[in-house]
Amino acid sequence: MLFSGRRRKVNLNAQSELYEHAVQFYVQPPLENISLNEFETFAVERLKLLKTIETLGVSYVKLSEQYKKKLESESKNLNFPYRSETDDRKIPPGGLSECEKRRKDHISHFILRLAYCQTVHNPYREELRRWFIQQEVDLFRYRFSELHSKQKLEFLHRNNLQYDAISAEEKSELQRELIDSTYGVSGITVEQQDFYKVPFQDALDLVRTRKVYLRAGYAYIPHQDIVTIVLNDFRTRLSKALALTARSLPAVHSDERLQPLLSHLSHAYVGQDYSVQKNVGKFSLEQVDSLSGKSFPLCMRQLHQSLRENHHLRHGGRMQYGLFLKGIGLSLEQALQFWRSEFVKGKVDADKFDKAYAYSVRHMFGREGKRTDYTPYSCMKVILSNAPGQGDHHGCPFRHSDPELLKQKLQVYKVPPSGISQILELVKGMHYQLACQKYFELTHNVDDANFSLSHPNQYFIESQKILGGGKDLKREADVPQRSQEAAGGLAEMSEDLDSFFQDG
Amino acid sequence: MPSNVFDSANLPDLLPLYYRRLFPFSLYYRWLTYGGLQKNYFQNREFSFTLKDDIYVRYQSFSTQTELEKEMQKINPYKIDIGAVYSHRPIQHNTVKSGTFQALEKELVFDIDMTDYDDVRSCCSAADICCKCWTLMTIAIRILDRALREDFGFQHLLWVYSGRRGVHCWVCDEAARKLSVAARSAVAEYLSLVKGGDETVKKVVLTDPIHPFIRESLAVVEKYFTQYAIHDQDILGQKESVEKVLALVPEDILLKELQQDFQNERKPENRWTQIRNQAIKKQGAAKKGQHFEKEIMLQYCYPRLDVNVSKGVNHLLKSPFSVHPKTGRISVPIDLEELDSFDPFAVPTISLICEELDRPRRGEEDEKLDDTKENEKDAAERRKIRDYKRTSLAKYVKHFDQFLAQMAQSWKGDLLKKSDLQKQF
Ligand code: SF4
Ligand SMILES: [Zn+2]
Repeated sequence: MLFSGRRRKVNLNAQSELYEHAVQFYVQPPLENISLNEFETFAVERLKLLKTIETLGVSYVKLSEQYKKKLESESKNLNFPYRSETDDRKIPPGGLSECEKRRKDHISHFILRLAYCQTVHNPYREELRRWFIQQEVDLFRYRFSELHSKQKLEFLHRNNLQYDAISAEEKSELQRELIDSTYGVSGITVEQQDFYKVPFQDALDLVRTRKVYLRAGYAYIPHQDIVTIVLNDFRTRLSKALALTARSLPAVHSDERLQPLLSHLSHAYVGQDYSVQKNVGKFSLEQVDSLSGKSFPLCMRQLHQSLRENHHLRHGGRMQYGLFLKGIGLSLEQALQFWRSEFVKGKVDADKFDKAYAYSVRHMFGREGKRTDYTPYSCMKVILSNAPGQGDHHGCPFRHSDPELLKQKLQVYKVPPSGISQILELVKGMHYQLACQKYFELTHNVDDANFSLSHPNQYFIESQKILGGGKDLKREADVPQRSQEAAGGLAEMSEDLDSFFQDG
Repeated sequence: MPSNVFDSANLPDLLPLYYRRLFPFSLYYRWLTYGGLQKNYFQNREFSFTLKDDIYVRYQSFSTQTELEKEMQKINPYKIDIGAVYSHRPIQHNTVKSGTFQALEKELVFDIDMTDYDDVRSCCSAADICCKCWTLMTIAIRILDRALREDFGFQHLLWVYSGRRGVHCWVCDEAARKLSVAARSAVAEYLSLVKGGDETVKKVVLTDPIHPFIRESLAVVEKYFTQYAIHDQDILGQKESVEKVLALVPEDILLKELQQDFQNERKPENRWTQIRNQAIKKQGAAKKGQHFEKEIMLQYCYPRLDVNVSKGVNHLLKSPFSVHPKTGRISVPIDLEELDSFDPFAVPTISLICEELDRPRRGEEDEKLDDTKENEKDAAERRKIRDYKRTSLAKYVKHFDQFLAQMAQSWKGDLLKKSDLQKQF
């Protein structure tokens, strides 16, 4: 496989020059030939690494000690570079030298670019593309953070990344503001550090979390946070590069050996697609109440309960719960009946329901609008995106409830006190899905749930299996797999749908 | 004396009059064309209309002011929403290849709705408002307006009364209209302090050091807090509301001390002073939860944004000068110079202004109409201006006009800069 038009033999010397540094900005595509076999291994292993990054990002605070430790060991296992220094003396038998690892890092990155760049007018592929960018950014963030400050500077120079530092006068004039807005910066370090002034759009992560001083549209970024701008740069470049690659793709795609491989790669991503409706009509609406007590995860049980109590759910809740119900097999007709019968008990009459809400229910089933088939939300999406606000009941109770209220709720649901404290402990460590899994084990009387929870619908299926109701619930592994959580998680995929969901 | 009382049964009679003689089409068009600097900016804008019986039509678009005017005068919408500027004319959204029809730009918008404050106001609930709780909107506007200008550097902020129980903000700067979804959500999150739904008791948690933005926001809340929260809402008067406040105090000796203090002290102001003193004491000891008095103030008064409205480029928002179908009030722009005296109940209803229109004219005579088409149009325009000037809508239209003039000033600056540059090279 050839990445550029020029054919060139790369000798070892050139290679070690090319891979002198552990962290790359991936400016130059690889120029060498590689075998189809290597092509595939590299790609699959990088995919594994990216998947790990995604999972770690949910369970741990990014760049926390544990996060870094796990990522380091996964990098090691998969033979990717993980240290900033080269130490070739201790190559385990059969392992790769540091330089070979860097080569693998370089090449595999570009292979996945090929796999993920196509999005043309396809929201699902667009979602995958965003997923890819996000994981690559996180990987880069981790690696950059591992560099010493001198190495960071070198990296900036090498890649021509120059940012404007503010003058000493401006710095002293703004001293108080800079101290108060910049995490972990005291008076002394303000004087010692350089601050860079960039349009706030280039430092969104810092703006979002209010970890930076903002004035007149500019963010004042201390040197210690320069990673934010570098990351932003990384993200923009990668996204532009993908667009460019997409344009040159027809050539690659006419290659019949690569085509299937590439398209498989971008889809072959662990995770069940719960939007493909199986089991349609297996349950009757009368069963929903009892199912919600037995087999719904807490997030859905909470939504169900508040729907029954208030005869209404705000749009975040309708989306989260509606798609879940679709995933467990409610047909469109059942869903319409379900929502209508509940809403008319509240302030919405049947006529208003048909006008204002029925459309969006049909939309959820892909029968209106762009006819996108909307996928039930994964835990990741529930936990990370669209946190509940005033009057909302959606979200993940392990993440979004006050521990005190969560405790009360668990007591009401008759979880034994020892179990409750185990769950709260997990919540404290921010292992929300593990907490949920513990809850599963406790309420189903099993010692080990034997699955790793990533989706509310998965919770449901596993529960039904144990309770015996799910003997015929299908969950074949060979249905076309789709990444229902592909980052998308956070994406604006459902945005179009949301606009139909405004509360008057 | 024309009255401000409105009966929704009259809407079908009033709306035609409103759209024919009062709705400020030319300013409206001038606004949405933004100086004509970008091609098809008006033409690719989505409008959506709510008609009688909640019939909802999306993806309307118009090529000229006249076309918009004609259509609105024909269908007389109960409500008008404005959406994004799309890649194609929204009216043709079904005919373009799927996926290529995309929302490109929109004003950065904010929606603050009184129902989101139900857990912290005792005077009313749900859709009801009164002049007591309206202070919450005043505070919201002050805080957000400052932050959007000083922190984010935006200049052209149009604040609009929603017609019922809230306010909207349209940030019209070019940079704001071009913001990505990610940037919009970052701005909205920067501005959000109150977090969590019904399942969360303590919705504001501050950490040290206090960010300048929060400091500035607190300074605004300070100005209103005693009058609004302590007196008007009486949050430290009744047992039940006192408990709610105390639930926000960090759980330790402090809470007990305060409970004891309150036994001997009934006066709400003094109780608040006691809370403050405890907080100061706590700050000396510098521990977690040391900012609890500030957290209480913010939980009760800080603006609660509907973040989803701000995030999406394609989200629809009720248009200025649309009528609120339930209250009949016009969504009027709010002049911040007079914010503290802004009274939502004094905002004219459609009944009022239509009635005012019927009052006999003061010695005015119709001007002679010229035969040329151009002048005819001018004359019609002039007549319409005279029309609204005779109603209570006048001052709001005037404020809108000033807002647009200011925006035009800044384009002039841009254009000059551009032409200067051209001369240089
Ligand atoms: S962990 Fe997942 S399934 Fe469990 S409550 Fe949270 S979102 Fe629902
Ligand atoms: Zn009130």
